[in-house]
Amino acid sequence: MIYLRLIWEFFKTGLFSVGGGLATLPFLYEMSDKTSWFSHADIADMIAISESTPGAIGINMSTYAGYITGGVLGGILASLGLALPSYIIILLIARFLEAFSGSKYVTRAFYGLRPASIAMISAAGINVARIALINESALKAGNIGGFFLWKAIILAVLIYVGQKKLKWHPVAFIAISAVIGIVFKF
Amino acid sequence: MNEILKMYLAFFRIGAVTFGGGYAMLPILERDLVEKRGWTTMDELTDYFAIGQCTPGIISLNVSTFIGNKRAGIPGALAATLGFLTAPIIIILIIAAFLTNFASYSVVQHAFAGIRVCVCVLILEAVLKLWKKSVVDKFSLGLYIAIFALAVLSRFLPFSVPAAVLVIASGVLGVLFCRDNGTLNDKRRK
Repeated sequence: MIYLRLIWEFFKTGLFSVGGGLATLPFLYEMSDKTSWFSHADIADMIAISESTPGAIGINMSTYAGYITGGVLGGILASLGLALPSYIIILLIARFLEAFSGSKYVTRAFYGLRPASIAMISAAGINVARIALINESALKAGNIGGFFLWKAIILAVLIYVGQKKLKWHPVAFIAISAVIGIVFKF
Repeated sequence: MNEILKMYLAFFRIGAVTFGGGYAMLPILERDLVEKRGWTTMDELTDYFAIGQCTPGIISLNVSTFIGNKRAGIPGALAATLGFLTAPIIIILIIAAFLTNFASYSVVQHAFAGIRVCVCVLILEAVLKLWKKSVVDKFSLGLYIAIFALAVLSRFLPFSVPAAVLVIASGVLGVLFCRDNGTLNDKRRK
């Protein structure tokens, strides 16, 4: 019974949170108030954990809430509940696109969608850079020298040049960056 | 069957290393699926991300479902989606069971401060690559600048525009203002 409720609650979250990531948060707060499966403090912890593990915050939260409520099986089922609506919707859209792939309206829609998609990806990059490369609270405190996180900026330049020259797998650079972060105390 | 298993394993790997949300998976998808395996193209990935942003659910899962479906139909989509979910579920179960204060360890914080630097460089490179094929004229450049400004400056605005609305509006504008009939796809293939 608890398993069905977990699947149902996270199914609804997956169905109504458009835009991924943080879009799931309002639904998680609502679920916390309604079910008391997890507290608001748990959600804050999970945001921190999501920033420090692979995977999306929605998946992480559903796994965590499911585990607290129904053990390992609960964690797995809650995540599957979250993933199910988007799985069905994307399959339907893919069928639609296959059927209308020659349509000039679909071609024209993508002509507008592509620059928008890249603009969103750029904005996401800027949001990561705002945390990773600069320290906005130092500027507010009047400490202009502390605004730029120099160690991080140097690392960013090195990664950029390294990617161009070495052509290693992106994961190699992620792993190296983690080690450098630990050694130089970023 | 073999194909489905390969799909699952490929996405298991991707799910295990996608730090920092759906967009950060783009450079990894490019290397693993476009360059190495040829399962999809950068053009298709751009489209999948565009749709993934204005449909319900988590962007990275939406993109995984699309790629799996294109390559191996519904079973492929299932394998990709479950593959992507596996590592995050296992990691969170371990953290929930044994390491509840995982995020507060200073080693973890330093490591992820380093990883974030890498992620923003990787995203920058992905954007530079996609730029040429998508920002093809004044209209698409204007659209890029407008959406970018709205998305970055949204925290200074008195109102907030959901990303899905921006993306859908762009699609509508594309239909209304695209004068180029049929040659667009040819242009992108060059």
